[in-house]
Amino acid sequence: MNDNILQISNPVLSIIGLSISYGEDKYAVNDVSADVKRNAITAIMGPSGCGKSTLLRAINRMHELYPNIHTKGEIKLNGDSIYDMSTTKLRRKIGMVFQRPNPFPTMSIYENVIAGYDLNGSKLKKSEKDEIVESSLTDVGLLDEVKDSLNKKGNFLSGGQQQRLCIARTLAFKPDVILMDEPTSALDPLSTAKIEDLLVELKAHYSIILVTHNMSQAARISDNAMFMYLGELVEYDKTKKMFTNPKDSRTEGYLTGKFG
Amino acid sequence: METKVLIDEKDNSNWRELKNKLFFGTVVVLATLTISPILLIVYELLVKGLKQINFDFFLKVAPDTFQAMTAVRNGEIIPGGIANGITGTLLMVVVASLIAIPISLLIGIFLYENQGKKYANLIRSLTDILQGVPSVVLGLIAYIWIVQGVTKGFSALAGSVALAIMMLPLIIRSTEETMKMIPISIKEAGAALGVPYHKIILKVMIPSGFSGLMTGILLSISRVLGETAPLMLTTLGSTTVNFNITKPTSAVPLQIWEFYNNPNMIDLVWSSSLFLMAFVLTLNIIAKRISMRFS
Repeated sequence: MNDNILQISNPVLSIIGLSISYGEDKYAVNDVSADVKRNAITAIMGPSGCGKSTLLRAINRMHELYPNIHTKGEIKLNGDSIYDMSTTKLRRKIGMVFQRPNPFPTMSIYENVIAGYDLNGSKLKKSEKDEIVESSLTDVGLLDEVKDSLNKKGNFLSGGQQQRLCIARTLAFKPDVILMDEPTSALDPLSTAKIEDLLVELKAHYSIILVTHNMSQAARISDNAMFMYLGELVEYDKTKKMFTNPKDSRTEGYLTGKFG
Repeated sequence: METKVLIDEKDNSNWRELKNKLFFGTVVVLATLTISPILLIVYELLVKGLKQINFDFFLKVAPDTFQAMTAVRNGEIIPGGIANGITGTLLMVVVASLIAIPISLLIGIFLYENQGKKYANLIRSLTDILQGVPSVVLGLIAYIWIVQGVTKGFSALAGSVALAIMMLPLIIRSTEETMKMIPISIKEAGAALGVPYHKIILKVMIPSGFSGLMTGILLSISRVLGETAPLMLTTLGSTTVNFNITKPTSAVPLQIWEFYNNPNMIDLVWSSSLFLMAFVLTLNIIAKRISMRFS
C-alpha cells in the first residue's frame, strides 16, 4: 500500500488500478487508485497534460467519445461498477460541468435546466418540471436573477451566470457526484468567487470532484487534494496537510512553483 | 546636439497622397466594372420583360402560336402566361428537396463525425466530383434510371431526381461546414447529460446549426431552379398545369427555351427570364438574411 495515498472509509467513488492510453503505450492515466470522499470537494491538481482531465472524464465515461482510447481497471460508484450501467444512467448519477459555460444556445433558460429530462424523452408533468427548474435554480442562487426571463435564451447572461445555469442543469438530475473541469478558468474573479461559494454550499448534498489549474482555489475550497504528474497519482491527502507538508518532492516542487 | 533627421522632412508628401488617390480611384473603377454586368442584366430584363407581367402571366398557361401571332400582329401584349412552368418548377423543386435534403444532411453529418477517416475522405472526394459533373450528364442518367426504368416515359419525377443529384453535393458540404462551426462543447454538454447519440444530433446539433443548414438548402435550391439541360431530357415539358409526378411537366427554364424557339413569343422570353431571376435573387437574399440573423 502506497503511503502517499489517503485512505477513505465508505467512499462515494472508488478508482481501482485505472489506466487510460491513447494509441500505443501513450498513457494519459497510469495505474491510478484512489477513493473519493462523500459530501466533500476533492481537487485534482497538476501541470498541463498530467492526465487530470482524462481521469475526470473517465469517471462518467466521457473519454470514450474520443477515438483510440484504451481503458484498464475499474471505477465503482457506491460499490457498483460504472461499466455495468448504461452511460445514460451513469451520467445521471455523475454530472459534469465544463471549462467554458456551454448552455444549449437554442434553448431558453427554463429549457436548459430541464434539458437532461427533455432530451432523454422523459414525460414529466408541467408542475414537476416547474418544481425541478425552481429548485435547481434556487440551489445555484440564480433564480432571483433570472425569474423574469426564464423563457428567454441564456445568451444574454454573463459568463458566471451561464456557468451557474450549467451547474443547475446538472443538479436537475440530483446526481451523486458532480465532476468539474476547471469550471472557473474562463471567468472573472467576482464570478469565480460566487461559484466557489456555491461549491462549498453544494457539498452538503453532493460529492464534488474538481479539476483545477489554480492552486489557491484548491487550497481555498477543497477538502482533499490529489496531485498528478505525467499520468501518475503522486500524492493524495487532506488539502491542508498536502499544502503544509507535502510528502513527495514532486508535489512540493509543484506547490512551491518550481514547475507546472 | 542636433538630432539626425532620418527621413527628409521636405519629402514628397504630395506625390504620396497622389499615389494613394490614384490607387483608390482604380479600385473604385474596377469594382464598378465588376458589378456592371448584373446591373445591365437587370435593366435589360426590366425594360423588355416588365410589360408582359400581369395577373394572367402567373395564372394562365402559355398561349399557342396562333394566339401569340395574332396579338403580335395587332400590337397587343401576348395573352396567357407561364402558370404551367411555375407550378412545374415548384413541384419538381419540392420533390427534389424531399429526396435530397434528408440524404445530404445524413451524409454531411457522417462526414463531420468521421473527420480524417479513409471512408469519409473518399465520400468527400466523390461529392466534389459529383459537383463537377455537367448537369446534362445528370439528365441523361435520370433519363436512363427513371424515364426508362420507372415511369416509362418523360416525367416530373425524373426531372426531380436529376435536380436532387445536383443538390446533393451542395447541401452535403454546407452541412459539414455548418456542423464544424458548432462548438464541440455543445455536443459534450449533451453527452454529459446522458443523451443518446442520435438525440444529440437531432435535438442539439441540428437546431444549433439550423441557420447554416437552411442557408445551404436555399442556395442549393436557387442553384437548380434555373437548370434547363437536365429537364429537357427528363420532363420534356407540358402545355398544361400538371401535378402528377409520373407525367411530363413544364418548368420555367424549359418554357424560356420554348419561347425562344418561337419567333412570335420573344416577349415572353424576357418576362419569364425576369421572373426566374427575381425568384432566384429573392431566395438568395432570404438565405443571406437567415445566415445573418442567426450567426
